[in-house]
Amino acid sequence: MEWLQQLINGISLGSIYALIALGYTMVYGIIKLINFAHGEVFMIGAFIGYFCIAGWGLGLFPALLVAMTSCAIIGVIIERIAYKRLRNATRIAVLITAIGVSLLIQNGFIYMRGAQPEAYPAVFANKSFAFFGAQISSQSILILSVSIGLMIILQFIVHKTKIGKAMRAVSYDSEAAKLMGINVDNTISATFAIGSALAGAAGVIFGIYYTKIDPLMGIIPGLKAFVAAVLGGIGIIPGAMVGGLVLGVVETFVSAIGFSLWRDAAAFIILILILIFKPSGIFGKNTREKV
Amino acid sequence: MKKSKQFWIFISSSIAAYAIVQLLINMGILDDFYINTLVFMSINIMLAVSLHLVIGITGQFSLGHAGFLAVGAYVSAIVTMKLQLPFLVAILAAGVMATIAGLIIGIPSLRLRGDYLAIATLGFAEIIRIIFLNIEYVGGAAGMQVTHLTNWTYTFICLFATIVIIVNFTNSRHGRACISIRENEIAADAMGINTTYYKVLAFAIGAFFAGIAGALYAHNFYIIQPVNFGFLKSIDILIYVVLGGLGSLSGAIVATILLTIVSTFLQSYPETRMIIYSLVLIIVMLYRPKGLMGTMEITDYFKLWRGSKGGSKHGQ
Repeated sequence: MEWLQQLINGISLGSIYALIALGYTMVYGIIKLINFAHGEVFMIGAFIGYFCIAGWGLGLFPALLVAMTSCAIIGVIIERIAYKRLRNATRIAVLITAIGVSLLIQNGFIYMRGAQPEAYPAVFANKSFAFFGAQISSQSILILSVSIGLMIILQFIVHKTKIGKAMRAVSYDSEAAKLMGINVDNTISATFAIGSALAGAAGVIFGIYYTKIDPLMGIIPGLKAFVAAVLGGIGIIPGAMVGGLVLGVVETFVSAIGFSLWRDAAAFIILILILIFKPSGIFGKNTREKV
Repeated sequence: MKKSKQFWIFISSSIAAYAIVQLLINMGILDDFYINTLVFMSINIMLAVSLHLVIGITGQFSLGHAGFLAVGAYVSAIVTMKLQLPFLVAILAAGVMATIAGLIIGIPSLRLRGDYLAIATLGFAEIIRIIFLNIEYVGGAAGMQVTHLTNWTYTFICLFATIVIIVNFTNSRHGRACISIRENEIAADAMGINTTYYKVLAFAIGAFFAGIAGALYAHNFYIIQPVNFGFLKSIDILIYVVLGGLGSLSGAIVATILLTIVSTFLQSYPETRMIIYSLVLIIVMLYRPKGLMGTMEITDYFKLWRGSKGGSKHGQ
């Protein structure tokens, strides 16, 4: 039952990637921007969760809520300050700005509190359940249920609410959406808020699962979540979930068969293979570039 | 006629610059700190100029230049430390291996455009780094000891060759083909330019000089570790090109000199340095997206000042 165990670990890791990837994919879907600063929002979420739990003694769910709300606000601030005036700039200019914002947050954070890592407090007793011979920890169950819950809420927001409808309209054709009386700027901000809130939640969950956080923790999960978003088809919400889960499972299996030092390479190899053979991703449709 | 006159002026002035610096070194006026800064600056200029060929001239956004630097550094270190061959062989081997790496990476990934290309090159550079991290022969994560062989003469010759070759390439038929790809790839294709060939060519030349810079880098710092060649190193190089102006070689050189001086002063405060770098990136992109000099070269400004006929048309 070794494989079942690894599969469960992989799904737990994958659902964290999926939560981050959702933010990437939503932002890319709406303004065609690879938001490099997303990994840093994830890091900030982890730290806010840490301060809430260790500093103020809040429980897990209040901490999760505080982290999500603050990350949503931070995401909107980043969008308003850095990206808003670049709406009509070239994509390269926006990408470079995003890299700049990401570096600024990382180093600004280190400048303010130092680079030392922090141990995440245990929020609840870690019990394990036997399941067909595999050990499922209560943490894995928590991670899975929180991620699935958030994804269901996201699906509800995107498909059933007015703002979700506006988001879909803007990502389909922002000019036409503007003509139909949709406030494009507010819709983009709402997208950033939702994506960043999910990243904040992922940060708290990551902290609980790995028990160690530091100011540079956002880089690698951020890049991998981007890989997950591309894998599933960037701009497509179910694609990000599936991509994240696939990536998590593949990585866990690569470590399990004894190549744990190569697991970071595995994600990038997947990225390159998917970009070369099917750049639109698993769920994407091929679009011809128009002159 | 006029071009060749400029060319000879450039060559004689740079040889004079070399002679003056060498004289100062021989007379003991420049101490080790200044020589080291000068060598580091030259290596950065080589990296910036080689990336300028890929991003500024050909318009292919590569985020993986540190990968070629790593290939050059490790290959040259293997040649001198393990095979005991002379430094010159190591420099050439580094360039050739980096070119091969450039071809391997460029041929599949240059089919992609814009930010997909950026991410793919980033991924390749990370893979290169992880490969070196996992090879015990080159020391794994602990890194590899390298003797100090880089001196001002080697650095100057390599820097000079890089600038002359890339300037001449840019002004040649091939360089114009690359510029046309930057301006509009579809139109270039329609005019009968083999866009894939030129993109891969520019990428390979850029990789070659990054590899040579890697050889100098490895033999200047006594030790090379995979952690030196990560994503942040690529960003460092990118900042030089972006600040100077996408498409301006002299801009890239000026920006490199400025930022190297800044980072030398801030060596003991790495966070402050990165905060300044990232603010520079953001502010330049928000208020002057084409960089300090746009696609203008320093020589164009001379023409403007003299008020001679229409010097500002360059690169438009």
